[in-house]
Amino acid sequence: MGWNLIRVYAVLVYLFMFLPVAVVVLLSFNASQFGAFPMAGFSMRWFVALWENDAVMRAFRTSLLLGLLCAIISTTLGVLASLALVRYRIPGRNLLTTVLIAPILVPEVVMAVALLLFLNFIGIGRSFPMLLAGHVIFTLPFVILVVQARLVGIRRDVEEAALSLGASPRQTFFAVTLPLLMPAVAAGALFAFTISFDNITGTLFWKPGGVETVPTQIFAMLRHSISPEINALGTVMIVLTVGLPLLGAALARRLAMKSGV
Amino acid sequence: MSVEARERRQPWILLSPALGAVALLLLLPLVFIVVYSFWLRSAVGPDTVGFHLDNWQRALTDPFYRYILLNTLKIAAITTVLCAVLGYPAAYFVARSRGNKVILLLLLMLPFWISYIIRTMSWINILGSSGALNTALMTLGITSEPIRMLYNEASVILGLVHFLLPFMVLNVFVSLDGIDTSLEDAANSLGATRWQAFTQVTLPLSLPGLAAGGLLCFVLAAGSYVTPVVLGGPRDAMFANLVYEAIITQLNWPMGSALSLLLLFVLGGLVALYNRFLGLSQLTRGLG
Repeated sequence: MGWNLIRVYAVLVYLFMFLPVAVVVLLSFNASQFGAFPMAGFSMRWFVALWENDAVMRAFRTSLLLGLLCAIISTTLGVLASLALVRYRIPGRNLLTTVLIAPILVPEVVMAVALLLFLNFIGIGRSFPMLLAGHVIFTLPFVILVVQARLVGIRRDVEEAALSLGASPRQTFFAVTLPLLMPAVAAGALFAFTISFDNITGTLFWKPGGVETVPTQIFAMLRHSISPEINALGTVMIVLTVGLPLLGAALARRLAMKSGV
Repeated sequence: MSVEARERRQPWILLSPALGAVALLLLLPLVFIVVYSFWLRSAVGPDTVGFHLDNWQRALTDPFYRYILLNTLKIAAITTVLCAVLGYPAAYFVARSRGNKVILLLLLMLPFWISYIIRTMSWINILGSSGALNTALMTLGITSEPIRMLYNEASVILGLVHFLLPFMVLNVFVSLDGIDTSLEDAANSLGATRWQAFTQVTLPLSLPGLAAGGLLCFVLAAGSYVTPVVLGGPRDAMFANLVYEAIITQLNWPMGSALSLLLLFVLGGLVALYNRFLGLSQLTRGLG
């Protein structure tokens, strides 16, 4: 009896989480002019409108470029730091880890203000480089946490075997360590990209006038009113940020099974 | 260079880019805004360098700022309690479920991947004047005109709960999942009712997870900027909105620095307090 109550409660909580999002997807196919209830039939017209909306397409290109660059830089920094933290005995490890994940501990607004004023002071105004710097520092702790968790599982004796068989440290790294690291690198990069793609608060502080990312574009469009076009954009975002990682995870699993790791 | 010396230097070479980035892009900027908060804004030209307490005096005594700060903390507190009330039973269900835990967990993680702005604006579709709820109410003939449910404090809290609930559920789940279920069985076999076993064994053991989830919810809610703008009315500004206003709209950067630091100190103090509290609770757990 008690358990059934908990089950019903949990289902209601899940519905609370997912119903509003489902309504976004549903309304994005709404044929009616105003994009609200009642539904007036199925239509793809809002996706076509999105495709033809220059501002939205520009925002997409900006977000993609920003996310890719951020993922490359953040993953490089994060993988190197994680290697040091997992593979070596270093004094003050806990303090180092705290410093590296500090960007999570500081409220985003505060971090945004500090970076904006500091970079501005040294001559870098609100610009794409500032945006990139902000996204890198914002995603770095997440990359480090994810990559560290993956690295712990990689055994060192394979590398030692390579070294003892006469491979140079460099050869060992590229032929043995790096391939073993790839899942961790991919996970870190995916994380950095998704977080960057989704970021809005910091972006609003750092972006130069006239430049929009997808979230800030939606934010700006909401100033007028909700429209079916925004719902369509939401649907595209959901497919991109939920569908792609799921696809990636499935692919990674298949690859891992093939290579027998 | 000897092999040993190289081995010793290697981790620092690996760490230096990341540490450099954090130092240059976070720590130094934080120190910089501490200094900046004592400067003064000039009507024309660059800000006046110096040591002036004016911004801090205003940040700490202005009744409007104080009202917004207290209101922000109040909204964050309500959000946190609601997240706990909604999230704990859901996490308990997943942790003790005999069904497909992987699917339930995946569903739990899914909201993290759905964009924050999309999840926030999705409530306009539900609560708006031609949204799902109002359409349903009018179709059923319960009201003849749409009820105003959006752009008030309640809708801001609703949006925050929707955004932060996964953080709570995940933290509680992790701590519940780590509890040995045989402890509950033992309590039951010793004559405790299921409710007693829960309140005296499971609940206390899961408190660290609840506390961690609560802290995350509170800090993230108190620092939110977007939710009050999208789901709140003009009078529902939170502290981060004040900061944005000072920095981006009024271009009063010294004042904006002081306000950001005030928020950092309030929330940072809370984190420190939690740290201490958690240390204490773990100590008692170790003794018990």
